Amino acid sequence: MIQTIAFYLFATLVIASGALTVFARNPVHSVLWLILAFFNAAGLMILLGAEFIAMLLIIVYVGAVAVLFLFVVMMLDVDFAQLRAGFVRYLPLGALLAIVLAIEIIFAIGAWQAGAIDMGARIAPVAADVSNTHAIGQLLYTRYIFLFEAAGIILLVAMVGAIVLTHRTRGGVKPQDIGRQNRRRPEDATRLTRPESGQGVEL
Amino acid sequence: MIGLTHYLVVGAILFVLGVLGIFINRKNVIIILMAIELILLAVNINLVAFSAYLGDLVGQVFSMFVLTVAAGEAAIGLAILVIYFRGRGTIAVDDVNRMKG
Repeated sequence: MIQTIAFYLFATLVIASGALTVFARNPVHSVLWLILAFFNAAGLMILLGAEFIAMLLIIVYVGAVAVLFLFVVMMLDVDFAQLRAGFVRYLPLGALLAIVLAIEIIFAIGAWQAGAIDMGARIAPVAADVSNTHAIGQLLYTRYIFLFEAAGIILLVAMVGAIVLTHRTRGGVKPQDIGRQNRRRPEDATRLTRPESGQGVEL
Repeated sequence: MIGLTHYLVVGAILFVLGVLGIFINRKNVIIILMAIELILLAVNINLVAFSAYLGDLVGQVFSMFVLTVAAGEAAIGLAILVIYFRGRGTIAVDDVNRMKG
């Protein structure tokens, strides 16, 4: 009973906040609705017993991705009213497409429910005696170790790419160049002169 | 009683909302990126629901990889957005055809 109530609560909130993400006038509000959607999706996944994925959703999506969005939205000084100009024009076509797509997907679910498809053998059955996180760890570090490493490399490439794309060398600042400092010898920096008395030195 | 179908319908509605968001916010790349995140969230819900339904953990592992790709895509997309804004002073994407070469 409590599961049913929790499911409908999370499902309603995730759909409502997803809709508000798309329709909100202010992009900052959009990001905040997106965060609510992620939280409720995490709730849905906890109901399924997938607590590791739920935790990952909160940490990765809310902690990293949504905050990144928030930074960019607040950093860019954009006239958002002007960007929404075509909203009404695209609405009929978009709504038509969305309705067709929704009907198709729900029809597919109904058809699938009417006659179950033989799904074949399970690759990694859920073990009864270990926790969800433990079981995922056992699978991830053995059978899927190479995919796991590939995911790490994808993240590394994304990080390097984002830094390379957004990095710029600004003029007018004097950064410290350690290599140049270490290469510098006394003879490069000092000069021995013997000026006449009262003449001074031309530098 | 909550079954697999309930989860699939939630995923389907979320997916459609993401597609709708891409269509109606054609000019605003930030909202388009958020809509893509919504689509990937719907995919994750489906993967985890099937994983729980079939009693097979592979769905959850795969959902983790989808999450990885989503995070990388968001980082790269926002970086491109920032340099585009730096060069143009706007993020309206319907005149990105400068890249035609």
